[in-house]
Amino acid sequence: MVAAGAFDELWGASRNRAPRAGFEALAAWLRDLPPAELDRRQQAAEAAFRSLGITFAVYGDEQAAERIIPFDIIPRIFTSGEWAALAAGLEQRVRAINAFLDDVYGERRILADGAIPADIVLGNAQYCAPCAGMRPPHGIHAHICGIDMVRTGPDDFWVLEDNARTPSGVSYMLENREAMLRLCPELFELLDVEPVDSYPELLRDTLHSVAPARAKGAVCVLLTPGHHNSAYYEHSFLADNMGIELVEGSDLEVDDDIVWMRTIDGPVRVDVIYRRIDDAFLDPLFFRPDSLLGVPGLLAAYLAGNVTLVNAPGTGIADDKAIYSYMPEIVRYYTGEEPKLRNVETWRCRERDALRYTLDHLEELVVKPVDGSGGYGMLVGPTAPRADLERFRAMLKAEPHRYIAQPTLALSTVPTFTERGVAPRHVDFRPFVLTGADGFRIVPGGLTRVALREGSLVVNSSQGGGTKDSFILSPTPQGG
Amino acid sequence: MHLSIHYTTAYHYEDPPRRIVQLLRVTPASFAGQSVLDWRIDVDCDAKLREHQDGYGNIVQMLYIDRPMSSLAVSVAGRVLTEDRAGIIQGLPHDLPPGVFIRPTPLTAPGPAIDRLARWTTRRAGPVLDKLHALATRLHSEFQFDTQATAVDTTAEQACDAGHGVCQDFAHVMIATVRRIGLPARYVSGHLFRRDGALVQEAGHAWAEAWIEDLGWTAFDPVNGICTDDAYVRVASGLDYRDAAPVAGARAGGGAEELKVEVRVDRAMRQAQAQSQN
Amino acid sequence: MLSRTAANLYWIGRYMERAEFACRLIEATIRLSALGHPGDAEPAWRSALSVVGAEDSFAAAGEGLTPFNATRYLMLTEENGGSIRSCIAAARDNARAARTALTVEVWQAINRAWQVVRGRSSPGGVQNALNLVEELKAEMRGFEGAVGRMLRTEGFWFLRLGSVIERSDNTARLIDVKYYLLLPPGQVVGGTLDRDQWTTILQTVAARTAYRHLYQGPLQPWLVAELLLLRREMPRSLAASADTTVNLLSALAGRTGRQGPADRLARKRSARLEDTQIGAVLQSGLHEWLHDQIRDNAALDEAIARQFRFG
Repeated sequence: MVAAGAFDELWGASRNRAPRAGFEALAAWLRDLPPAELDRRQQAAEAAFRSLGITFAVYGDEQAAERIIPFDIIPRIFTSGEWAALAAGLEQRVRAINAFLDDVYGERRILADGAIPADIVLGNAQYCAPCAGMRPPHGIHAHICGIDMVRTGPDDFWVLEDNARTPSGVSYMLENREAMLRLCPELFELLDVEPVDSYPELLRDTLHSVAPARAKGAVCVLLTPGHHNSAYYEHSFLADNMGIELVEGSDLEVDDDIVWMRTIDGPVRVDVIYRRIDDAFLDPLFFRPDSLLGVPGLLAAYLAGNVTLVNAPGTGIADDKAIYSYMPEIVRYYTGEEPKLRNVETWRCRERDALRYTLDHLEELVVKPVDGSGGYGMLVGPTAPRADLERFRAMLKAEPHRYIAQPTLALSTVPTFTERGVAPRHVDFRPFVLTGADGFRIVPGGLTRVALREGSLVVNSSQGGGTKDSFILSPTPQGG
Repeated sequence: MHLSIHYTTAYHYEDPPRRIVQLLRVTPASFAGQSVLDWRIDVDCDAKLREHQDGYGNIVQMLYIDRPMSSLAVSVAGRVLTEDRAGIIQGLPHDLPPGVFIRPTPLTAPGPAIDRLARWTTRRAGPVLDKLHALATRLHSEFQFDTQATAVDTTAEQACDAGHGVCQDFAHVMIATVRRIGLPARYVSGHLFRRDGALVQEAGHAWAEAWIEDLGWTAFDPVNGICTDDAYVRVASGLDYRDAAPVAGARAGGGAEELKVEVRVDRAMRQAQAQSQN
Repeated sequence: MLSRTAANLYWIGRYMERAEFACRLIEATIRLSALGHPGDAEPAWRSALSVVGAEDSFAAAGEGLTPFNATRYLMLTEENGGSIRSCIAAARDNARAARTALTVEVWQAINRAWQVVRGRSSPGGVQNALNLVEELKAEMRGFEGAVGRMLRTEGFWFLRLGSVIERSDNTARLIDVKYYLLLPPGQVVGGTLDRDQWTTILQTVAARTAYRHLYQGPLQPWLVAELLLLRREMPRSLAASADTTVNLLSALAGRTGRQGPADRLARKRSARLEDTQIGAVLQSGLHEWLHDQIRDNAALDEAIARQFRFG
């Protein structure tokens, strides 16, 4: 049982006796709230989410195409000091990610200098060869990054994964806060919580800042695969809150290398596309010819510099798990600084010694495919049944280059509402970093995902995870 | 050789499509052994053409027609001076590092048939160049050229297993096999002057390039079992057919489509003489 | 506004109106078949199926024509594209696609209506069916209220445009089928059954009190026809729907700054209805006249789709 040894963010190592400094108010709130009231509020939250239609489709589960992600009303808290350190580290990491992308699609200095092996970049399926040599407006590739972090102790934060393609989840950060304000207003009197509701504005400002230099009043749109997509709620939520059109591929047309949107008043020129469809589906002429989601000629408009794609095509190379293991080198190479955020120790199974270590310690490790996401196809050694271990052993031997292995971290826990009362559950954290032509924007908050099953370390919503609100406390005024 | 190329693609639509967007990779670049003397694209209606260069260095033209057309003809014509350099490709104006061309793609992912061919290739005697020659020769002699057997989305593995196909399939099989033995390889589309007198062809040609450490990119035509020579005009390259195909198109509406392609590759002098006699 | 969004809104309007009409049709038919003699039920349900053009598909489904089967078919059968369930599902699908153009309130109203029918496969007995209809009608009123509180901009106009185009079609079909099919051979015109049937028609379009108010006399078929076809005071009449169509298109034109074939067709239709007398319609043949109306309405629907680039 991992929870026993895990660091609890509310109680520290006190075993529910004394809350950590700064967390007294939350502990008192939790102690004084009658269980029946907690239960009532929890039910009310679920009803509200269902009625709003905040649903999430689980891949491969056609029956339950619309299911809500469970929301837990006990918040998770970061002090202002913890947040300041995190934010500085996030900015550094995202700066390095963008510099890396600009380099590998440009001069490829990092490969020429041998700072990281060339083949893991060039030979990577995420390396978008048709896009090489194309520099997006302002040289920014990954305008929106979601960095997955975990915690194992008071000062021990680790980056688990970088998401530089089309990271999702930010609508939960915002809706969770709305739900908390409605259901537990008293908490916001007890605690001085930084607001997160400016995110749509920050995102809109970021989109405008990277528009091609055509004219003032750039037209930005959000491109969705459509209302059957699992993240559609988020797409509509963000478009609505930014006041921009939510478009599908069929709403856009490219003529003369310019993107037009079909409206009842005739065509309207589009400057920036926040796209929530994968690279492969963007343009059937350049990429997958069977794509019905994309827009024929879109990549040509992008190559011509007439439209900005957010994020740019090809950013997947930066969040590939094989690249992840080199992030410390990448951060050092581009920033000249030591990385402020730590990477989890990673064995690249493509390397012989690492593969041998992984096979010898399979029961202790987490094994992930380098190109996977969403918690699919991974092995959690300590809890895996015998058969899964053997299956992974065979797959590792057959295609070692497809996997990495990491130690099983004792993820921190946060008190969570369960069927048998309040109990510790493991959490992770995904803050969102925006990069515009005019600098970084990080909203003080993020998405906390919680593994609702006792002892489980898998927080993905597709694998039975839920979410919590994440409170960042304001700095307390000094002096007095 | 001084070659002249006329390449016409004619479409006929049952119902005129509301609009048409096409991506054309039909313009060759000059490099060592290939000089493009003149080259032009003609479209038989009001169309907008925009030129780009993709990451591979291919010249890409976008063709836009924004009104209903019941037919469309795109003609490409030009003259190219070629030299026989035994398939060795040098001096391309833009290129990516060979390391890009090592990974399999959906069309070139290896299976048992490609694995067998790769093992066979590895066992051939001599340096890498000889092994690849052996591979090209084997494909030339054992594979059936058959225009009816495969489609544009046939994979290398499927074609290899079936043992037949068109130049696209030959090229995919060669690429998949070369990558399987650990060398970079890529797909090339272009034109071939037929010394057997078949001046008019129903399609362009395609072949493969493999990266050989001491030689660099070396072009093999597995359909004919040789390295390319001065009868070949190299137009576009990429990881597979999808990245290098001469045309990719989309249209809004239009019902059934009838397509006619005619490629005429001839010696420029002979054609000039023929015209003067008319 | 995106053309696709406009199309989504227009179809939400059409499908919700169609669902509501089907509710009233079922309610009125249950009443009619309960009032009559045993043996009257079958023709009542046959004509109800005929009003929504589902007679053939129902027959093809191979179920016996019982009140239960017909009610289920009109209400819940997924394979029937015109069933209340199918209409609400289609409206909801369009609403999801146009989420950003809808208020939360409108979305929730549609979503709630969907929750009423989604898990159901049987309408139950007569009383259950009536309860279900009542529940659905309440959701429909909620939807109309929510739409009524929308901003008067394109979104509102396209939703309403869809409703009135659908309404014209439904009203014309209702009169057409009832006028001809509800006079079984041998029945005396003006008898009990006849009166029940005309009452049913009025109930289907929620116009029983309106009739009493405007005519203050016994039920006369030609007056019912006049009320539902030509009286502008009656919101579901063809004339009132035609006027509303003109107004909605003008509102859109005022916003976009251009008019097109749809505006011209709508104005022509409205003017024609203004000059029409019920006597002349009945003399020249109601059936033919109604078919012209249905055809004109379909032509207007197509013109709207073209003008606002729905396709």
